[in-house]
Amino acid sequence: MYWGSVSEFLEMGGYGLYVWTSFIITALCMVWEILALWRRRTAAIAESRGITRSIG
Amino acid sequence: MNWSKYSAPLAFYPLAGKMIPWFSIVAALAIAVGLYIGLLVAPTDFQQGEAYRIIFVHVPAAWMSMFLYVVMAVWAAVGLGLNARLSFMMTQAIAPTGAMFTFLALLTGAMWGKPTWGAWWVWDARLTSELILLFQYAGVMLLRTSIDDQRRADRASGVCALVGVVNIPIIYFSVQWWNTLHQGASVSMTAAPKMATIMLTGMLLMTFGFWMYSLAVILSRVRCVILERESLQVWSKPAAAAEVAEVR
Amino acid sequence: MSQPGLWEALRGIIWRDLLLAARRRSDAAISVLFLIIVASLFPLGVGPEPAVLRTIAAGVLWVAALLACLLSLGRVFTADYLDGVLEQMLLIAQPLPVLVAGKVFAHWVVSGLPVVLLSPLLGLQFGLEGEPLGMLVLSLLLGTPTLSMIGSIGAALVLGVRGSGLLVALLVLPLYVPVLIFGAGAVTSSMAGIGGEANLSLLGACLVLSLFFAPWATASALRIALE
Repeated sequence: MYWGSVSEFLEMGGYGLYVWTSFIITALCMVWEILALWRRRTAAIAESRGITRSIG
Repeated sequence: MNWSKYSAPLAFYPLAGKMIPWFSIVAALAIAVGLYIGLLVAPTDFQQGEAYRIIFVHVPAAWMSMFLYVVMAVWAAVGLGLNARLSFMMTQAIAPTGAMFTFLALLTGAMWGKPTWGAWWVWDARLTSELILLFQYAGVMLLRTSIDDQRRADRASGVCALVGVVNIPIIYFSVQWWNTLHQGASVSMTAAPKMATIMLTGMLLMTFGFWMYSLAVILSRVRCVILERESLQVWSKPAAAAEVAEVR
Repeated sequence: MSQPGLWEALRGIIWRDLLLAARRRSDAAISVLFLIIVASLFPLGVGPEPAVLRTIAAGVLWVAALLACLLSLGRVFTADYLDGVLEQMLLIAQPLPVLVAGKVFAHWVVSGLPVVLLSPLLGLQFGLEGEPLGMLVLSLLLGTPTLSMIGSIGAALVLGVRGSGLLVALLVLPLYVPVLIFGAGAVTSSMAGIGGEANLSLLGACLVLSLFFAPWATASALRIALE
């Protein structure tokens, strides 16, 4: 392990703001993409069910 | 085994469904180990300080953004050449993920540039090409959404993606040429020539993780696209219908 | 009935488009007026210092020429698309890329050539003289056909699509970047005294590349739009 303490780890030698913003925004984008896909999938399933039922 | 049968969207649908969990698991593992190495194990870089740790997301995102564009163009070429519906669906599914990685590469690049060069943005060949790449992703996606006829939307955005893939290397070269002309603003941004093995390992693991993540996300988007476009056929085939109904 | 030869067909289509343009002279005038207005806005924005104007001249005039070309792209195929002539063109026995090249050439004569001819005047307004001024005209002469060629791909892709004016800008402007860099670079480097020949040969390379590939891409985009 490279770091001595947790606060040292969070500080990142003074560059904490830049480093953590990069990592967090990347993570947020990926999570958002997965959530958006999940919503799209449920919507698509619901819609295709509706179409089939209306044809019946 | 006859692989060609999977070129039919409805046959591909369950196959993609089976692959997604595996890619997701591998992606999660690779990213977890990559983050552990990148953030906790790797030593600091004596030139750039701790800010260099941004490259553990920046470089994988930049690589994926370019790689995905090429893959998208290859699918577009296959679609245009063989007139295969699934290829165009892949093109459609890849674009948003590629655009997201392009955006992330630009954003993390700025985050790295500010502490390292003292500027958020430099008109360097790599940065400029990446920015143009973002515009090209946007162009491909917007062209698709503005055309109502599905077949024309597929083919037109495919041609657009193919034209763009020729453009990016030319832009990279021309901006480099342009930078040698404007000596004043040039910034030497050659990455550290010798990278410690442990840093390289972390970066490659992260790249592999992002790659697997892209595969999982793109496959599930392709499944959405198949559902949206071929909902009638899905429900006319019992096997496909059962598969869709079972995973809610 | 005998089929016309390749050259005859090419000549015919160029002649027809030029005749049509001669009947609607306002179209060509709009591109030129647009160029003058855009170029005149910059001194009003950045101030009248001759030194500043001379430094930005190459970039401003090239960007203005690029936008003027972009503005005129809608005219390449739209009229023929609306009255059905384009569909007839697809059925002609001659290869479509050749016909497309003819149409794009005619379009360049109407909207690109006036820009080239006007550029020395605008260059003088910005304080360019001597070799850099000549370089501006030469670079535009080599560059604007490339802009028309590349632009025709975008114009064909968005044919008859809603909101096509803005969409074509998004599709085509990224492709214009290398031409802009080499074109403005030719003027800048000749001002710096290192000569713009290298940039000019790169512009020429761009022109040759686009002459080979753009008509072909445009033709396939037209087929997609009309099928």
